[in-house]
Amino acid sequence: MRSSPRSTFFHYLRGHATKLLVGSVLVTAASLLATIPPRFIGAIVDDVTRRAPFSAIALLAGGMVVVALLEAVIRGNGRYQVIDSSRLTEYEMRNDLLAHLQSMHLGYFQRQRIGDLMARLTNDLTAVRQMYGFGILMTLMTMSLLVFSIAAMLQVSVKLTLISLLVMPVASMTFWAIGRRVQRKFQQLQAQFGDLSTKAQENFSGIRVVKAYSQEEPEIASFAAIDQEYVRRALDLAKFNGLIWPAMSFMIGVAVLLTLYVGGIDAIGGQLTIGQLIQFVAYLYLLSFPMIAFGEITNIFQQGWASLIRLQELFDADPAIADPIDPVERPIRGEVEMRNVSFAYGNTVVLRDVSFTVPAGGSLAVVGPTGSGKSTLVNLIPRLFDAQQGEVLIDGVNVQRYPLRLLRRAVGYVPQETFLFSVPLRENVGFGVEDALPDERLEWASDVAQLNKDVEDFPARYDTMIGERGVTLSGGQKQRTAIARAVAKDPRILILDDALSSVDTYTEAEILRRLRGVMRERTSIVVAHRISTVKDADEILVLDDGRIVERGTHLSLLEHNGLYAQMYRRQLLEEELEVGEEQAEHERRVRETPVEPTAFRPRMPSEGGMSEGPP
Amino acid sequence: MAMHGGHGGGGGGFFHEDEILGKAYDARLMRRLLRYVRPYAGLVVVALVLLLVLSATQIAPPIIAKFIIDQAITPAVAGRITPAEGLTTLGILGMLYLAILAANAGVRYGQGLLTAYVGQRAMYDLRIELFRHLQFLPLSFFDRNPVGRLMTRITNDIDALTEMVSRGVVSIFGDVFILTGVMIAMILLDHRLAIVTFLALPVVIGLTAYFRGIMRDSFRSIRIRLARVNAYLNETLSGISVVQLFTREGETFKRFDDLNVDLYRANEGAVRAMSTFQPAINLTRAVTSAALFLAGGYLILDGQLTIGTLLAFWQLIEQFFRPILDLAEKYNVMQAAMASSERIFRLLDTPRTVADPPTALELRHVRGEVTFDHVWFSYQIAAREAMPRSSEDPALQVRAGPQERSDHPRARPQAEPTDIGRDWILKDVDFTISAGESVAIVGATGAGKTAIISLISRFYDVQRGRILLDGVDIRDVKQHDLRRHIGVVLQDPFIFAGTIASNIRLNDATISDERVRAAAHFVNADKFIDRLPERYGTVVTERGSMLSVGQKQLLAFARAIAFNPEILLVLDEATSSVDTETEHLIQDALAKLMRGRTSIVIAHRLSTIQNVDRIVVLHKGRVVEVGTHRELLAERGVYHRLYELQYRAHQAV
Repeated sequence: MRSSPRSTFFHYLRGHATKLLVGSVLVTAASLLATIPPRFIGAIVDDVTRRAPFSAIALLAGGMVVVALLEAVIRGNGRYQVIDSSRLTEYEMRNDLLAHLQSMHLGYFQRQRIGDLMARLTNDLTAVRQMYGFGILMTLMTMSLLVFSIAAMLQVSVKLTLISLLVMPVASMTFWAIGRRVQRKFQQLQAQFGDLSTKAQENFSGIRVVKAYSQEEPEIASFAAIDQEYVRRALDLAKFNGLIWPAMSFMIGVAVLLTLYVGGIDAIGGQLTIGQLIQFVAYLYLLSFPMIAFGEITNIFQQGWASLIRLQELFDADPAIADPIDPVERPIRGEVEMRNVSFAYGNTVVLRDVSFTVPAGGSLAVVGPTGSGKSTLVNLIPRLFDAQQGEVLIDGVNVQRYPLRLLRRAVGYVPQETFLFSVPLRENVGFGVEDALPDERLEWASDVAQLNKDVEDFPARYDTMIGERGVTLSGGQKQRTAIARAVAKDPRILILDDALSSVDTYTEAEILRRLRGVMRERTSIVVAHRISTVKDADEILVLDDGRIVERGTHLSLLEHNGLYAQMYRRQLLEEELEVGEEQAEHERRVRETPVEPTAFRPRMPSEGGMSEGPP
Repeated sequence: MAMHGGHGGGGGGFFHEDEILGKAYDARLMRRLLRYVRPYAGLVVVALVLLLVLSATQIAPPIIAKFIIDQAITPAVAGRITPAEGLTTLGILGMLYLAILAANAGVRYGQGLLTAYVGQRAMYDLRIELFRHLQFLPLSFFDRNPVGRLMTRITNDIDALTEMVSRGVVSIFGDVFILTGVMIAMILLDHRLAIVTFLALPVVIGLTAYFRGIMRDSFRSIRIRLARVNAYLNETLSGISVVQLFTREGETFKRFDDLNVDLYRANEGAVRAMSTFQPAINLTRAVTSAALFLAGGYLILDGQLTIGTLLAFWQLIEQFFRPILDLAEKYNVMQAAMASSERIFRLLDTPRTVADPPTALELRHVRGEVTFDHVWFSYQIAAREAMPRSSEDPALQVRAGPQERSDHPRARPQAEPTDIGRDWILKDVDFTISAGESVAIVGATGAGKTAIISLISRFYDVQRGRILLDGVDIRDVKQHDLRRHIGVVLQDPFIFAGTIASNIRLNDATISDERVRAAAHFVNADKFIDRLPERYGTVVTERGSMLSVGQKQLLAFARAIAFNPEILLVLDEATSSVDTETEHLIQDALAKLMRGRTSIVIAHRLSTIQNVDRIVVLHKGRVVEVGTHRELLAERGVYHRLYELQYRAHQAV
């Protein structure tokens, strides 16, 4: 659809064709009117030379005012139409860009720096808008004034016209030469601006590390080096950019001089009246605007085009993960299967030939050393990435055949690293829920995630703003909010990707116990490091270097006496070391502690009723 | 994976400060801005002289044209001089005209380059000063300010100032020179016509004042809305995977569209005003021209004026109105720049509350005894202290100055009623860790463990009490020295854009490749590094997307060990996301590291603290128990309870 910057340019131009057309007609009409006053001026000069009556002069002066008034009204309206259309275009482009970016897969955002994206969405979008607005407006004014003035000049004197316009070819060649360089220099400058932003962003994000290692001075030096280059490129651009205006005004000056000189000779020779000469000069003044503007226009279009190319790069990025052509619109029950799945980030192979099945309502746990591919594995289920080989299936259908919306609705995902939005807590928890989250469900989800006690301490409870304008949450509170968010969605499949790392062990135990109640009829996939977290799962996968090296239940894996058993023994050993002689007593105490039933479930719209109500 | 900790990275909050929308001219800000131009004062003087020359070469052509008409063409046409004489005069004046045009172009180019140079250099200086200032601001400042906002300051706001220097200030000087020059020329040419022209002045001033008011309001509301749009965009992109996972694309888009429409509507006013202002000024100019020709025609008929003079006036009027036509644009540039400079200066005025005193001690040899002497600490108060200085700022009264430092707790600063009793994260914490001793800090989430680590590294200053290193208050020691002796592994591993090796040695060139490798080997990070395509030369991105959290943590370990294995190792639950096997290997490494070093380990996994000499149990900001593992278990207190819960988490769940 949009394959090149050119087609993108026209795509948005067409969007406001009527506005632009009306604007163009008005601006052109205004230019036509602008060529009338010079005639009056010439007439006045000739009248005073001829010593005509004052009334004739007064009439001409009055005519100038009337024409000027008309021109002002028409030009003002034309200008408004054109500029307004550029604002509309900017609005649409911004919306389109966000919509497109929202459809991009996770891999894209891992490569793209947010700082760079933002630079494109702000600076580049502004440059593009100026191209659509002032660029087009000035082009219209320039072209129409050029045509009408030259036509009027030819009426006065063909010879003078040809002589004074001698500068034109020189001017256009100059621009062509300068313009190309300006465009290149501008792109170089923009690229460096991106580097500068990235450096700043990285430094501010990692300020703790910078401080902890006393890296302030080296960081300043490295920032300064990038900044030096930025300034160098800015001045490099200025060297060429700065040529345009002086060159232009020089050439106009030369045109006026040629007119005065040659026209002066003609006037002395009697082929031309002084009034005609002045009228001609007046046309040159009219022309001077287009010629000066020409520099500005090239500038606007070059910068705008360079920016449009950068925006086009965003549009061109392939969503990679998109809705299928023939979607399977079937409610998801929750059976998850992987068949011979392999995955690589670039050259780094992360998953090798992974296969497993979790029946709907079943539970799967994934353990394994750091970097063994656990996160990637669970990322494939809601299609944050697509498997490069093999198939990921839900209810026997490849996940790629479900509409993304249907698929992701069915999955509750708690990522390893928590991201919350600067909105009230209520909205953060209800993030995955279509309409406003009912209070009972909000409180239920908070209870499952053990967030409810913290909420009591927040100034406005669930309406407390999260983030900078509100409360700053601790790491554990953030993770628990993310868990509540996933649970509130009432998912068929719940995925916890090492989602309890910042939660203390007591709270973790509470959360897990409640989740078990919630997940009784749902599929759960848990990535974890601790055996205690995973041992009750129906099946446990042990991943190592992207391969499933062991699988089975807790007991069967212990019997198998492999990596899992080794992990288990190590953890057990650690505990035993700590427990020492008091172990026996603790075990007795624990056995005596009754397991509370935690069967809080919200109203499930799909089930049409409430099986067990919240307390 | 694309998500990072924190609330939306850039935050919907940064339009807060973008709502500072100053006047187009603020003497106080301008004086301060001029300070950055001062080092280039010589160049500025040259630029101003060039600007004067430029204005003169601008005004000269219409006057030469007058002489061409009056001295060469008209007399020759009228037969008062011979055509040959006329042509000679015409030739001479023509050469002069050409020379002035050439001079004008040359001076314009030179002046433009010079201005760009001064602007870029001055803003370079400001940008570096700002970046440098930010480096030394306390962490509480970064807790409050999202990265996106700081980035806007250092890039867009400074760009707005560069724009002002080159397009705003200089062209305003140029305009003033031109206007003055034109007026002088007019009065000298013919004072009567000058008066006719000047009659337009009240109209122009009135129009300008009227539209300035409209435009000021429009620009202000545009900027607020633009900031909102961009803040929302930034947050959405930062949290894009959450948006996608929770299928909120539609809702997010709708909200964005609302903000976007709002911005478009705000623009409408400005566009309309601009579309009225320029034609109105143009009309004024045309009416002035008409009046000029009317009056001039009368005077010429009366024999009191030459045609050349009338035509010179007509051309000068063009020059007179040109600066006024782009006044609105300049106004916008100036207003944006003033708002930007206000925000930048506010940042620069943010006190370095955690600063080295002038008499800071150098710290050469450290034994490693750490004492918390009745320490009280609150993040909220620290954050308030890190606010920009302003006279009405209540935080001024609580800022910890050297004179306020004492063993006696100061009166509690005024706080919001809801904050009372809640914002102390550490309450009267008092303990000593002897040199070489290893201590674990244990407690539930929010007990204040992280604060202890942050305070020892002096990321924050305590509000009451003191922290002593070898008996010396750490606030009396140079921060650089203090931190050189402290190796820290933080909870959120942060990876810088660069290679694996550069992430271990950071910018310290004295750390050899061998040491980097040795450090990686020491923490068992070499295993996964060896599997990377370029091993230590593998490029990693800012968010370390190629690396898992565990791998990032291993890197952070390697960094701590490569960097600063000297005195004090402080760990902050960093082992919680590493799998058992790796954790075990790390613990081996730690045991080696802890030997002979004062070590403070924070872990809520009690299994990681079996090697320490002593355990400090924190509960709701207070030290409730201190002792060895066995002693504490025997005490059957908080530790015992924590321990039991831990045990239960492993066994009974």
